[in-house]
Amino acid sequence: MSRMRNDYESTLWSRIEKFVNGEEPEQTMKRKKKSRASYEQVKREDVFMEDILLRMERREEESFLEKVEEYGEKRRVRRYERIYRILAVFLCFTVMAVLLVTVSYLPPFGNPDNPANNEVIERYIEKGLQETGTVNVVTGMILNYRGFDTMGETHVLFIAATSVTILLLAVSEKDKKRASDRSFEPKNDIILQKAAKVLVPVIFMFGIYVIMNGHLSPGGGFSGGAMIGAGMILYAGAFGFAKTDRIFNGHVIKIAKISALCLYVSSLSYYFYTGANGIENHIPLGTPGNLFSSGLIFFINIFVGTEVACTMYTFYALFRRGGL
Amino acid sequence: MDFVCNFPPFSIIFCLACGIISSALNGRAAKRLSIALVSLVGVMSACVLAYTVKTGEAFIYVMGKFPAPWGNELRVGTLEGLMALFFSIIMLLSILGGLRALETDVEEARMNLYFVMIDLMMSSLLALIYTNDLFTAYVFVEINTIAACALIMIRANGHTMVAATKYMIMSLLGSGLLLIGICMIYDLTGHLLMSNIKEAIGVLAATGQYEIPLTVVIGLVCIGLAIKSALYPFSSWLPDAYGYSTASSSAVLSSLVSKGYIFLLVKVFCRVIGFDVMVGHKITNILFLFGILGMIMGSLNAIRQHDVRRLIAFSSIAQIGYIYMGIGIGNNAGLVAAIFHIMSHAASKSMLFICAAGLSEVSGGSKNFTDLKGAGYRNPAAGIGFTVGAFSMVGIPLFAGFTSKVYFAEAALTGGEAKMEIAMVTLAISTILNAIYFIRAVISIYTPRNEHFQNAAYRPAASMVFSIVLFISLNLLLGTFSYPIANAIGSGLFMFG
Repeated sequence: MSRMRNDYESTLWSRIEKFVNGEEPEQTMKRKKKSRASYEQVKREDVFMEDILLRMERREEESFLEKVEEYGEKRRVRRYERIYRILAVFLCFTVMAVLLVTVSYLPPFGNPDNPANNEVIERYIEKGLQETGTVNVVTGMILNYRGFDTMGETHVLFIAATSVTILLLAVSEKDKKRASDRSFEPKNDIILQKAAKVLVPVIFMFGIYVIMNGHLSPGGGFSGGAMIGAGMILYAGAFGFAKTDRIFNGHVIKIAKISALCLYVSSLSYYFYTGANGIENHIPLGTPGNLFSSGLIFFINIFVGTEVACTMYTFYALFRRGGL
Repeated sequence: MDFVCNFPPFSIIFCLACGIISSALNGRAAKRLSIALVSLVGVMSACVLAYTVKTGEAFIYVMGKFPAPWGNELRVGTLEGLMALFFSIIMLLSILGGLRALETDVEEARMNLYFVMIDLMMSSLLALIYTNDLFTAYVFVEINTIAACALIMIRANGHTMVAATKYMIMSLLGSGLLLIGICMIYDLTGHLLMSNIKEAIGVLAATGQYEIPLTVVIGLVCIGLAIKSALYPFSSWLPDAYGYSTASSSAVLSSLVSKGYIFLLVKVFCRVIGFDVMVGHKITNILFLFGILGMIMGSLNAIRQHDVRRLIAFSSIAQIGYIYMGIGIGNNAGLVAAIFHIMSHAASKSMLFICAAGLSEVSGGSKNFTDLKGAGYRNPAAGIGFTVGAFSMVGIPLFAGFTSKVYFAEAALTGGEAKMEIAMVTLAISTILNAIYFIRAVISIYTPRNEHFQNAAYRPAASMVFSIVLFISLNLLLGTFSYPIANAIGSGLFMFG
C-alpha cells in the first residue's frame, strides 16, 4: 500500500488540481477552521474569572499575530480568486467572440434561399390548415405534427414542479410554521383586494379565452394557463390562503393536474398508435375556424392549460407556505 | 407493421404515465409501480431486441399521422434495443439494491416523488435511445437533467444541496451549448430529423460550404455533451453528486445518466453529422486527448480519497475517460469498444455503489476506510459484490472490465500509430492506478480489525442480495460471453447510420 504524503495539500500540484475543480483554496479553508476553533476555546475558557485579564491580554497578542499571518494568506487568496475571475471572464468573452464570428458566417436572415426554407416549412404553411384543422399554424405544428416534442415539454413542466415540491415541501408542523410567511405581510390590504376583485375575473376569462382559441388565434395552453395561474396567485395574495383553499385546495389541484396529464398522454398515445399503424382514428377535424374544430388540439390545449395553471399556483403555494 | 414495433413508444409513454400517477400515490405503491414498470420495460425491450435481430434491419415508427420530416419519429435497431434492455436491467437492479438505504435517506412524505423521478428518468433515457429527431432528444435531455438533480437532492442534507446546485449549473451549461449547436444545425440544414441532417451535412462537407459554422457546431455539441457526461476537465460536479446522494441515485447517475448522454453523442457521431465528417474535423483527436487525461486524472484523484463513495465516484471519471478515448480513436472498432465499455462500466459501477452502501450500513453509516475495516465479513454479500466490481474495474480476466479493455486495445491497434502508442501506454498506466486504489479498498474491507461494529442480528435486505447476485452474474456474462454482445453492437452500429 502506498503511503500518502502529509503535506500533499500544500503542494503546487494539489493547488492546480483544486483550481481546475473549482474548490475553495486551501488558505480560506484553514482560516475558517481556525476561527471556529478559537471561538470554541473562548467559550470553554470563560469559566475561570481570575484568569480573564491574563487571557485577554494573551488573546489580544494572539489575535494580533493571527492578523499578521492572515494578511499574507489573504493576499494569496485574493490573488487566487482574481486569477480565477479573470480566467472566467476571458473564457466567457472567448466563447462570445467565437459565437459572434460564427453568426456572421451563417445563412443571412430572411433570405428565401436559406436551407431552413425547405419542403418541411412549405407543407406546414400550405397544408397545415387542411391537415390539422387549425387556423393558427404554430399550434398545429407543435400539437399535431410535432406532438411528441410538446408532450415531452409538458412533462418538463411537470417534473420541474415535482422537483420544487421535493425541495420546498414542509412535512412536519414545525417546518410548516417556518415556511409560512403570512405573518410578515400586511393583511387585508384594501387596495389589493379591490383591485383583485375587479381583475381576477377578467384575468380568468381572458385566460380561458386564450386557451379555448389556441387553434384559432395566437396563444394556447401554455400562455393561457400562465394567465389563469397568475389570476389564482393574485387572488391568493389578496385574500389569503384560507379563502382560496375552499376551492383550490391541494386535493383539487392534484386531481385536476393528474387527470389533465393522464388524459393528455392517453389521447396522444391513441393518436400515435393509430397514426403509426395506419388505422383510421375517427377524430373529426371539424370546420376550420369554428371553436370546436381541429380534433384533439382543442382538448390538448385545455389539458396543457390546466397543467400550467396548476403548476404556477403550486410554485406560489410552495414558496409561500411549503405545501399546497 | 408488427405489434412489437409499438413497444418502443409504448415503453416511453408508460414511463411518463406512471410518473404522473406516482405523484398521487403513497411511497410504497409508487415503489411497487416503479419496479413493475421497469421490469415491463425490460421485457418489452427484450422483445424489440429479438425482433430487430430476427429481421436484421432497423424499423421506423412514426409518432402520429405525419411521416418524418414533418412529424416526429423513432428509429429502432439492434443497438437501440440492446441499450434499452440493458438500461432497464441496470435501473431495476439499482432500485432494488438501494431500497433499504432509500428508506433511511428519504423521508416518507417524499418517497413517492423519488419514484416519480425514477419513472421520468427512465422515460427520458428510452427517448434518448430511440429518438431519430434531434429536438426530441433535447426535450428529453431537459427531463433527464431535472430528474438527475432531484435524484441528488432528495436526500436532504447540506452536501447534496451543494452537489445538486453544482450539477445543475454545469449541466445547464452543457444543455445550453447543446441547444445552440442544435439551432445552428437547423439553420445550416433546415432539418431536425437525424437522417436528413446527415444527408444535408454530407453535401455541405463535400462542397465546403459553411465550413466555419459546421466546425463550431461540432465543437458545441461535443463540449455540451462532454460536460453533461463528466469528461475530465468538466467533471468537478461529479464526486459530490455521486458521493453524497443515496445509493440508488448514485448507481443510476453513474451508470445510466452520463451513459445516456454518451449514447446521444455516439448518435450524433454516426447519424447526425456523420463519422467521416467528425473525423475530418479532428474532434476525435480532442476527445481522445481529454479521454486520456481523464483516465489518468480520475485515477490519481481516486487514490487520494479516504471515503469509499468518493473513491468510486472519481473512478467513474477515469472510466468515462476510457469511453471517450474509445470514441476518439476514430474508427468503428473504437466505437464498439466504447459502447461495450458503457455496458461493462454500468454493470460494475452501479454494483460498486450498491455494495458500498451495504458496507457502510454495517459500519455505523460511515463511508471512511478506517471504519469500513472488516465490513466484508459483517456483510458478506456486499463484500463479495464490491470485490467483483473492483476486479472488473481493475480489469482482471473473467470480469466485464477486462473484456472492454481488450476491445479498447484491439481498437487502438487499428487507430494509427501515434494514437496506438498513447492509448496502449495509458491503458497500462491506468490499469495500475486502478489496481492501487481498488485493491487497497478491497484489502481494507477484508482486514479483520474493527470489532466496534459487531452486530450479529444484522441481516442484509433480501432485495439487495438479489440485486448483487444478478449484478455479479451480469458482470460475468459480459466478461465471458462478450463475443455475441460485441457482435450485436457491431451490427447495430451498421444499422445505425
